[in-house]
Amino acid sequence: MKRGFSWSKVVWIFLGSLYFLIPLLATLQFSLEEGRDRYGFGSYAFILSDPGFRQSIWFSFKMAVGTVVLSLVLLVPTVYWVRLRMPRLRPVLEFVSIMPFVVPPIVLVVGILTLYRGAPQWFVATPLILLCGYVIHALPYVYRSVDAGMQAINIHTLTEAAQSLGAGWRTILLRVIVPNLRVALLSGSFLTLAIILGEYTMASLMLFSSFAVYIAYIGQSQANPAAALTLISFAITWAAMLGLSAIGRRAGADQTQIGGAR
Amino acid sequence: MATVRLENLTKTFGEVRALKGIDLEMRAGEFVSLVGPSGCGKTTALRIVAGFERPTEGRVLLDGKDVSKVPTNQRNMGMVFQAYSLFPNMTAAQNVEFGLRVRGEANEKRSRRASELLGMVGLSHATERYPHQLSGGMQQRVALARALAIEPEVLLLDEPLSALDAKVRVQLREEIRRVQSELGITTLYVTHDQEEALAVSDRVAVLCDGRIEQVGSPAEIYGDPRTPFVAEFIGTMNRLEARVVDPDHVEHEGRRLRVEAVRNCGVGQKVLVLIRPESVELTELDGEGQVPEGALEGRVVSHLFLGPVTRVKVANGSDEITVDLRSRAAQTLNPGMRVSARFDAGSARILPLDE
Ligand SMILES: Nc1ncnc2c1ncn2[C@@H]1O[C@H](COP(=O)(O)OP(=O)(O)OP(=O)(O)O)[C@@H](O)[C@H]1O
Ligand SMILES: [Mg+2]
Repeated sequence: MKRGFSWSKVVWIFLGSLYFLIPLLATLQFSLEEGRDRYGFGSYAFILSDPGFRQSIWFSFKMAVGTVVLSLVLLVPTVYWVRLRMPRLRPVLEFVSIMPFVVPPIVLVVGILTLYRGAPQWFVATPLILLCGYVIHALPYVYRSVDAGMQAINIHTLTEAAQSLGAGWRTILLRVIVPNLRVALLSGSFLTLAIILGEYTMASLMLFSSFAVYIAYIGQSQANPAAALTLISFAITWAAMLGLSAIGRRAGADQTQIGGAR
Repeated sequence: MATVRLENLTKTFGEVRALKGIDLEMRAGEFVSLVGPSGCGKTTALRIVAGFERPTEGRVLLDGKDVSKVPTNQRNMGMVFQAYSLFPNMTAAQNVEFGLRVRGEANEKRSRRASELLGMVGLSHATERYPHQLSGGMQQRVALARALAIEPEVLLLDEPLSALDAKVRVQLREEIRRVQSELGITTLYVTHDQEEALAVSDRVAVLCDGRIEQVGSPAEIYGDPRTPFVAEFIGTMNRLEARVVDPDHVEHEGRRLRVEAVRNCGVGQKVLVLIRPESVELTELDGEGQVPEGALEGRVVSHLFLGPVTRVKVANGSDEITVDLRSRAAQTLNPGMRVSARFDAGSARILPLDE
C-alpha cells in the first residue's frame, strides 16, 4: 500500500476529530466551571475525593475482568468443541447467543433472581450473581468474536496435526488454538470490558453500586461534578483498554519467545 | 521401523460405504501409495491408520499389535496433510519442535533435531520464519520435517502435493522419497495422481470404490494390470475386444492378431486385449497397399505434441487407437493418412471378458 501524504486525508481526519472532540471539549469546559467566569478543578477534586467513586469504579472493574475471564473460559472450549465435533449444534449455540439481545435486562434480572431464589447465600448475596448476569449480558459479543476467530483458522487440521504429534486436548487448546485466536479474544475482551464498565440496569436492579449507578446518582444530584466524572470515566475506560491491549501484545510476544528460547 | 497391516478395514458413514474391506501389508521401511479416483476412500483409509477415524470393522496392526483402539496422540505416526496444517503462531523451527516439546524433550536436543530436519528438507535459511512467510512448497517441507521430528513408526501423507504447482510437485515428491529412503521409514502415501504414485513408490495399491483392485510394484501395476479399472486408471491403455482363435492368436474385427498372453485361454473365449500406446508402431500404407499380416489398419486422426513423444490417434473402424511415437517419427504421419498399426505380441496383456 502507498502511504503518501495528501491534503484530503488531513481534512477528513480533522473533520473526524472535530466530531469527537467538540463534545469532549464542551464537557471539559463545563466541568471546569465554578460559577460565573470562574474556572477551577473543584469538581475533579470533589469526585476524586469521594470514596463512592473509588469503590464503585473498582467494583465495576473487577466485575468486568471477571466477566471477561469467565466468558472466555466457558465459551472458548465450548465453541471449539461444537465446531470440531458437533457442528449440528452450531445453530443452537448461535440462537442462544443472541437471546440476551432479545430479552431486556430487566426481564433477565427478574429471571435470574427468581431462578436462584433457593441458591446458597454465598452466591445470591454476593456479586457472583451479578457476574452471572453479566456473563449472559456479554454472551453475544464474546460468542461472536470467539466464533469468528475459530472460523478464521482451520481448527480441524490444526487439531489433527497436533494430535498426530502427540498432543492431548489441553495442549491443543492452550498451545495451538488459543494463541491463534489472540486477536479475536482481545477484541471480544475490549468490547466486554467497555460494556460492563458502563452497565447500569442490572447493577441498579440488583442493588449493587457499580460505576454506572454512581454516575447516574451524581448526574441527578450535581451537574458540574457529573461532567467531570464523565471525562474521568472516559479516561479510565481508555486506560483500561490500552492496558489490556498492551498485556495482550506482551502475551503474544512472550509466547513466540517461549517457543524459541525455552 | 515398523510393519503395518490393514485387515479387512471397513468404514461406513451413515449410508455411505467408504471402505468395503481393505487388506494391505506394508513391510518395514516400505513406501506404499494408495491411489485411486476421488471419493474411493483413500483419505478414509489413511485417517483410520492415523487414528482419526475408527474402522466400522477390521483392524490396523502395527508391528503385529492391534492399534485400532489406540488414540491418535499415542500412536506415534507422523502425518503430512494436504495444506495449511502448520501452526500459524509458531516459526518453522517451533513447528518442527512441537512434537518434541509435547514429549518433554530437553531444549538443546529439540533445537538440534529441528535444525537437522529443516536442513534435510533444504530450509536451513528459513527456520525463524512464520508459516505465512513461506511458500506453499516450503510449508509442506516444514510439515514433513515436523512429522519426522517425532521419529514416527510410520509416516502418513494425504495428497501433500496437490496444492502445489506442477514443477514444485515433481521436485518435492523426489525429495520426500529421498528423505524417506534415507531414514528408512515405513510410509503410506495417498494421491489421486497415478503418475506420482508410480514415480515414488515401492508398491502401489489401486483403490476403487472402497476396495483394493490391485497391489504391486509400479512396474507390475503399469505393465500388468489385473482388472479393467486398473488398466483404465493407470496410464493410457488401448483396449480391443477380441475372441481367442488359437493358443497364440485373437481375432478382432476380422483380423488375426498375435497375442502371447492368451496361451492359457480357451479357444472361443472373449477377451479384452490391452496395449500401451508406446508399444504400437505405425507404418504408412501407400495407395491400395495391403495391411500386413497381424496388424490393424486405420487412419491418422490427430496429433498431440507432448515434447519428446507425440500422441497420435488412429481411427480403426469403431475404435480409436492411441499411439505414442517419438516426435520426430510422428512428423511424417499426417492426419488423414492410411497406416497399419502393429504391436508387440509379447507386451499386450489380456483380461478375460464374461459373455
Ligand atoms: N466424515 C464423513 N462423513 C460422511 N461421509 C464421508 C466422510 N468422510 C468421507 N466420506 C465419504 O466417504 C467416501 C470416501 O471419501 P474419502 O475422503 O476417503 O475419499 P478420497 O479417496 O480421499 O477422495 P479425494 O481424492 O477426493 O480426497 C466419499 O464418498 C465421501 O463422501
Ligand atoms: Mg482425500
